[in-house]
Amino acid sequence: MKATGRTITSILIVILALLFLSPIYIMLVNSFKTRSELYENALALPSSFSFEYYQKAMEKMNFLHVFFNSAYVTIVTVICVVVLASMTAWMLVRKDNLMSKIIFYSFVATMLIPFQTLMMPLMQVMDWIRTNLHIPMLNTHGGLIFMNIGFHAGIAVFLYHGFMKSIPIALEEAATLDGCSKFGLFWRIVFPLLKTITVTVAILDIIATWNDYLLPSLVLSDKGLRTIQLSTFYFFGEFTIVWNQAMAGLTLTIIPIVIFYAFAQKYIIKGVAAGAVK
Amino acid sequence: MNKKMDRVWYAIFTMPLFLIFLTIVIIPFIIGIIYSFITWNGIPANPKVFVGFDNYVAIFQDERFITSAWNTLKFTVLALISINVFGLVFSLIVTAGFKASNLARTLFFMPNLIGGLILGYIWKFLFTDGFKQIGNLTGLDSIFFNWLINPNFALYALVIVFTWQMAGYTMIIYIAGIQGIPDEVMEAAKVDGANLWTRLTKIVFPLLMPSFTICLFLSLSGAFKIYDVNLSLTGGGPIHSTELFAMNIFNEIFGYGNYGLGQAKAIIFFLVVALVTLTQVIITKKKEVQM
Repeated sequence: MKATGRTITSILIVILALLFLSPIYIMLVNSFKTRSELYENALALPSSFSFEYYQKAMEKMNFLHVFFNSAYVTIVTVICVVVLASMTAWMLVRKDNLMSKIIFYSFVATMLIPFQTLMMPLMQVMDWIRTNLHIPMLNTHGGLIFMNIGFHAGIAVFLYHGFMKSIPIALEEAATLDGCSKFGLFWRIVFPLLKTITVTVAILDIIATWNDYLLPSLVLSDKGLRTIQLSTFYFFGEFTIVWNQAMAGLTLTIIPIVIFYAFAQKYIIKGVAAGAVK
Repeated sequence: MNKKMDRVWYAIFTMPLFLIFLTIVIIPFIIGIIYSFITWNGIPANPKVFVGFDNYVAIFQDERFITSAWNTLKFTVLALISINVFGLVFSLIVTAGFKASNLARTLFFMPNLIGGLILGYIWKFLFTDGFKQIGNLTGLDSIFFNWLINPNFALYALVIVFTWQMAGYTMIIYIAGIQGIPDEVMEAAKVDGANLWTRLTKIVFPLLMPSFTICLFLSLSGAFKIYDVNLSLTGGGPIHSTELFAMNIFNEIFGYGNYGLGQAKAIIFFLVVALVTLTQVIITKKKEVQM
């Protein structure tokens, strides 16, 4: 009797979770429907599965192209953040002087600044760099990546810094006595020990970069440079009323996320928890 | 010699990131403060005129900003409550030790990964067509109608979507907190005959205070800074009834070209976010208990 009760509760929980995700179901079913079918009943299953709207949405969003743009920006950002933030945090922990304190607390304190406070002066600074130093910061993926690194630096250094304190120094001292250089010491001895926190930093960074809309919208103006988020925005500007096609477009944008989630689910949930609790 | 080398290594390891950070965050922040005392329309050829505190005075006579402040406040309070109630309930459900827990946890967290802009568009369809059709089918058209075109309901629509996005996130943090509560304590309370409600209010909630601190902080600062859901779901409409802080600042600067005034708003925004979140963290930290 008790076992049946537990099974029923389990089933109820899954039903609740599926209800919670019903907006995704509605998006999915309507992406296959014809317009008249959609206006007849938005909740029902489609009478036939036509991929016509997917094809159209893919063309109009230039989906493969913007997917690779997003992937490129995200991967390069994450690698740079992991490499630079872990190196910085290690030095800040190991050389605990006044300079380190100043650097560390400026990383931490500025995490409170909302992006909206920085966006206009940031664009002015980037424009200044472009005109006076001739470095193309605006309207390039490189510039966007550079800005992403700056914005993600605070939290990444903070997380590495907190984790680093728990690593015993003895290993490092032994390696130094054996004549290991600082670079060798860091990359061969320390960095492998940081695996768990690296996964956390990488996951938080992937989610933040992939889903960011506002910064790319300010930085990138060329159509060819658009990320998935930007392309979705413009796609909607043009096709708001054609809901079935819009739903196909949205489903497309979610597919990469669902695949990522399916493969890295365990790490994502752990990483998010670790990132927030720190 | 050795000391000099040490300094060089120190610079090699810390300076690249710090210089990027300086360029992207610290310098713009300082320049931003200066801009807030200037009036300028963003066109490089046009002069930047120093006006002192005029921009800050103008903000408090700006009716749209006052409205957006009021909307943001209302939105934040509602979202804060709803996100944390749902997050907490979900976390209690999935930690109760049922077989479906892992699956449910994965599903509840899902919307958080999707990204605000896309979530807003999905719900835009739901409110415009889904709700209308549910209303027609069930006859409950006083509840199920297009919320997005009604100034009184559009803000609640925003609360629903933001809750959908964030509840799974707070759930994860509450789960971590609940799993940190020793089983013996709960067993002992059960043996002593404490019912579920007593166990929750006398043991679970007090021991969850650190999780409350984090979750309230995250939902508070998230709600204050919300932009992309706002943009895709309502675009600030109808008649500015859902134009929240972040969007008002964006529009002031890049929409109307009032760079100085917009930047002064942005500085006020920073002060409010910093003040409110720090106050919250200090208050809830005080309530945390030690095991």
